[in-house]
Amino acid sequence: MRLYFKYLRMLVRSQLEYRESFIMTLLGQFLVSFSAFLGIYFILMRFHTVRDYTFPEILICFSSVLASFSLAECFARGFDAFPRLIKSGSLDRILLRPRGVAFQVLTSNLELSRAGRLLQAIFMLIYAVPRCGVVWTADKIATLAVMIAGGVLVFTALFILYAGFSFFTIEGLEFMNLFTDGVREFGQYPLSIYGEGVLKLFTYVIPVALFQYYPFLYLVGRSDDKRLALLPILGAVFILPCSLFFRLGLRRYKSTGS
Amino acid sequence: MIELNGVCKTFKVAKRNAGFREAAKSLFKREYTLINALSDVSFKIGDGETVGYIGPNGAGKSSTIKVMCGVLVPDSGECVIDGLVPWRKRKEHVRRIGAVFGQRSQLWWDVPVIDSLELIRDIYSVGEAEYKRTLSELVELLDIKDIIKTPARQLSLGQRMRCEIAASLIHSPKTLFLDEPTIGLDAVSKLAVRKFIKSINKSRGTTVILTTHDMQDIEAITDRIILIGRGRILLDGPLYELKGKGSEGKTIVIEYSGGGLPEIEGLTAVEDSGSHAKIAVDTALISVSEAIAAISSSVEIIDLSVSGQTVEELVASLYREFRI
Repeated sequence: MRLYFKYLRMLVRSQLEYRESFIMTLLGQFLVSFSAFLGIYFILMRFHTVRDYTFPEILICFSSVLASFSLAECFARGFDAFPRLIKSGSLDRILLRPRGVAFQVLTSNLELSRAGRLLQAIFMLIYAVPRCGVVWTADKIATLAVMIAGGVLVFTALFILYAGFSFFTIEGLEFMNLFTDGVREFGQYPLSIYGEGVLKLFTYVIPVALFQYYPFLYLVGRSDDKRLALLPILGAVFILPCSLFFRLGLRRYKSTGS
Repeated sequence: MIELNGVCKTFKVAKRNAGFREAAKSLFKREYTLINALSDVSFKIGDGETVGYIGPNGAGKSSTIKVMCGVLVPDSGECVIDGLVPWRKRKEHVRRIGAVFGQRSQLWWDVPVIDSLELIRDIYSVGEAEYKRTLSELVELLDIKDIIKTPARQLSLGQRMRCEIAASLIHSPKTLFLDEPTIGLDAVSKLAVRKFIKSINKSRGTTVILTTHDMQDIEAITDRIILIGRGRILLDGPLYELKGKGSEGKTIVIEYSGGGLPEIEGLTAVEDSGSHAKIAVDTALISVSEAIAAISSSVEIIDLSVSGQTVEELVASLYREFRI
């Protein structure tokens, strides 16, 4: 763990070498998610509710997903940028170091500028928290925290899955963005508004609803079932099959060497 | 102790003809060609040896190095290095080896070199006292005192290579793999790198395995040559033995005036302009000193030089001999 922070320090120092670029990206990230926020805002100005959900409620949903995504993208960026690691041959260097491969991939990259999105998420939370009609008891705060933490793990799992695919093909990985960026966009609204099919897909195949929709129902008081608040933990288990897939890819890499 | 026994490796390479139609077709059905990167590679390298691993591009040098580093798993055959199979005990194995790839950097690009070295120290969990000792030794021998506070990206290639070598020796490995360590370096840096590698081999007894296309590297550093071509080991032996094989002929180049060159058995004028001549001497028939004596008795020698076959020529002739 200490080594992890040493790696992080190194990456932070590397990024601060390019201060202007860093600040511009930060700003860019912020503005991009701000436009998404405006999108929701204008729709809700006109229709007031979407499928019964009020503006602050949707904001809670959106901001928690955005926070998860930006944290995952910030810290698990190494997996997201993994195809480059293969192409540049850095993976060979990783294999030459006496540390775990996943650990080194994780520490190969850190995207601090993603904090722009995180900042946006925090602003929205600050705006929405007092307005969404939730009485913020300890268990509700814990629910929100578990939602975000679970989300970070599910997104990280998706990045690992993406990295795993890049062992098999370098081209045509764009379709994976459907799951990562797609989930982030879908996640703006509670998943049930897209209909039964989508909700099922995001429950059983990619467990996004487990950290978004179901605990959200409990959070805003549409359900009293406290078990819903624990579902993000179940969703986080998704990281296991994804890691397994990554290992499979790594084994193939070592036998093909390309 | 490095032991390779019958190591084989075949790569499947997708092939595709040029053109859009072919590209579209390859989306659905791909044809593959099998390339025998390594077929039945066996050799033994003892502790403290310096080995030049040579062969033309695509001969299988890098694949062998990758197998020995544990990055590549062969299809069949055995590879045991100091009692470990590299790809089975990766973490334990890589602690004992160091690797420098001339074309790829292992330093963190944007931070001062010293920061990279410190992180590498932590990755290998090298103790503070040992680190300090090793570092001061490396800094002095490689003459990098003034540059380790500079970010790696601002270094010249020669400076960077010296830092790369330092980085791969922080954990005092038993075996050092060098893949084209002098590629693209200027003369001064090349000499410095060669001298350093030689001295680290002497002082620490580090086993050095070097791949290169620069035959002067081979001459300066290695005692033994392994030649690989088309995935097979073609030749394995001490450098002097190889040299003995090749240097049956010497060449005498002279500037002269007056008279004509002597016609003696064993001497052949390869070039002769009347004042400048290149003469091949077959040392099996006549010694170099006899040849010079014979030449000087018939012409006035103004300038003279004798050269044997260089390692470069030797290797080129080997490549020709084995048709690789």
